[in-house]
Amino acid sequence: MLYSEQKHFDEIIAYLEKDKNVFIMGCEGCAQSSGSGGPEQVAEMKQKLTEAGKNVTGTRNCDFLCSKALVKSELRGRVEQLKAADAVLVLTCGVGIQAVAASINKPVYPGCNTVNLGGSRGEWEGTERCFECGQCLLYHTGGICPLTACTKSLVSGACGGANKGKCEISKDRDCGWELIYNRLKERGLLSRLDDMMKPLDHKKIMPRPEMMSLARYGLENPGKVTDKPAPPPAPAPAATPKAGAAPAGAPKPAANPPKEVK
Amino acid sequence: MSLQSKLESGQFAISCEFGPLKGTDTHEIKENIEVLKGKVDAANVTDQQSSVMRLSGLVTAALCVQGGLEPIFQVTCRDRNRIALQSDLLGAWVMGIKNVLALTGDLPALGDHPQAKGVFDLDSVTLLQAITSLNEGFDLSMNELKGKPDFFPGAVVKVESNTEASEELQIAKMRKKIAAGARFFQTQAVYDPVSFGKFMKRVEKFKTPVMVGIIPLKNAGFARFMNANVAGIRVPDDLIQQMAAAAKEDREKVGLQMAADLIKKMKPMCQGVHIMAIGWEKKVPEIMAMAGL
Ligand code: SF4
Ligand code: SF4
Repeated sequence: MLYSEQKHFDEIIAYLEKDKNVFIMGCEGCAQSSGSGGPEQVAEMKQKLTEAGKNVTGTRNCDFLCSKALVKSELRGRVEQLKAADAVLVLTCGVGIQAVAASINKPVYPGCNTVNLGGSRGEWEGTERCFECGQCLLYHTGGICPLTACTKSLVSGACGGANKGKCEISKDRDCGWELIYNRLKERGLLSRLDDMMKPLDHKKIMPRPEMMSLARYGLENPGKVTDKPAPPPAPAPAATPKAGAAPAGAPKPAANPPKEVK
Repeated sequence: MSLQSKLESGQFAISCEFGPLKGTDTHEIKENIEVLKGKVDAANVTDQQSSVMRLSGLVTAALCVQGGLEPIFQVTCRDRNRIALQSDLLGAWVMGIKNVLALTGDLPALGDHPQAKGVFDLDSVTLLQAITSLNEGFDLSMNELKGKPDFFPGAVVKVESNTEASEELQIAKMRKKIAAGARFFQTQAVYDPVSFGKFMKRVEKFKTPVMVGIIPLKNAGFARFMNANVAGIRVPDDLIQQMAAAAKEDREKVGLQMAADLIKKMKPMCQGVHIMAIGWEKKVPEIMAMAGL
């Protein structure tokens, strides 16, 4: 099981700043049981986006979005709605979002953060992998996870180590950042390369204490355990504006209130 | 004159680099300091280069300060998290170290402790953000510092890329590094003035000084090895031929002369030179003299 929770609506609406027409996808696997991307949440999201002035061209709930082989067939009959969309918002785990991004030639945005449960990595065998970082960055990287695709989990772009498209670690491993570059280029999103990322929040990457060894915790605390972690902390947009637009010197006291990162 | 004043006043600056040794014997370091001080503007002190464990770069850079050679303290994100990085940076300032070069770092798997955990809590860009923040008197969590540094932060860029993606990613990252606070760049070794010229055309608009990297060739095998194994280095065939054709006893001279010629050709295109002599540190003054610096 990959547990996910919806991103704060402010972050989602910021992703869609330049996109009027949106297609929403949800998943009836883990995302539905997480309460982040089932039919109910997709319908709610449609309503919220409509209220915010967006045109939702269509929605689709699939079984197991993490299975890339199914993504395309599940979308049969929705081609026109998809074509009409400027972007696709996906409410599911990082694997599912990456599977959709790999299958549809449109900008694909994450609507959820995948939370670390301390062990489970999902069942999907493919190139898409999720580290459960709790601060999904796929918007900035064309739907390819920089934490798993790049050997050093770099969020600010490639190191200088790639040689002929392969990572410095091995001639068999593609440089994840070159994959990201090629994807962004193909989708006309190269300006995302200038998004300034904040240092990763490793507190979110560690499994939450209450999620560690859930079964044992449950045995020791009958009645107390739920399979949901504590509510998500206040949103912290993962990135500040473009490199060019930002004044030299990144974190400014005003933009980054004291003690935000603990 | 400090490296910062030189680069900021538009004068051609010269740096070189050496790595601390494995162990506590500091003789070599002290000899290098004696040979280089008063000759180069600053010397990079590498940080566990190629992921090989050695004496601390912070301590070596402090020895440079004591010996009268201005250091450029190289800091990688491989071995320390943001707490240790910021702490070492504050320590560096206290020891009189002004220049910091922010690097992501190689993977531990490439070095002599391949079992080590690569940290990469920050990367070169977020490390520059941290340095900028310290300069402004705050740590990364925006806690106020009691006494703040005033570092002159730099970064690296590679000139030769062998895919379009790699080249564009380098330029994009250079732009990000500047936005995060980098005020000068050193490049990976360059052997082709034509491609360096093209690169400089692209980055001219950033208006940030670039110091071209030079590694003197020792022999043809060394050049072929770098071509095959070091990302961002491309030694053209004619230079390899020249090295191969030189008699054994002339090789050193040919290699040094070649480095000096490259400096002469590229000097008009950039703001400084960074000589990475790899074991030939004591010959740096000779290369400089040959290049008319
Ligand atoms: S950025 Fe990667 S690790 Fe983080 S939630 Fe998204 S897919 Fe998962
Ligand atoms: S070569 Fe590419 S994949 Fe490998 S660590 Fe560097 S940026 Fe990441």
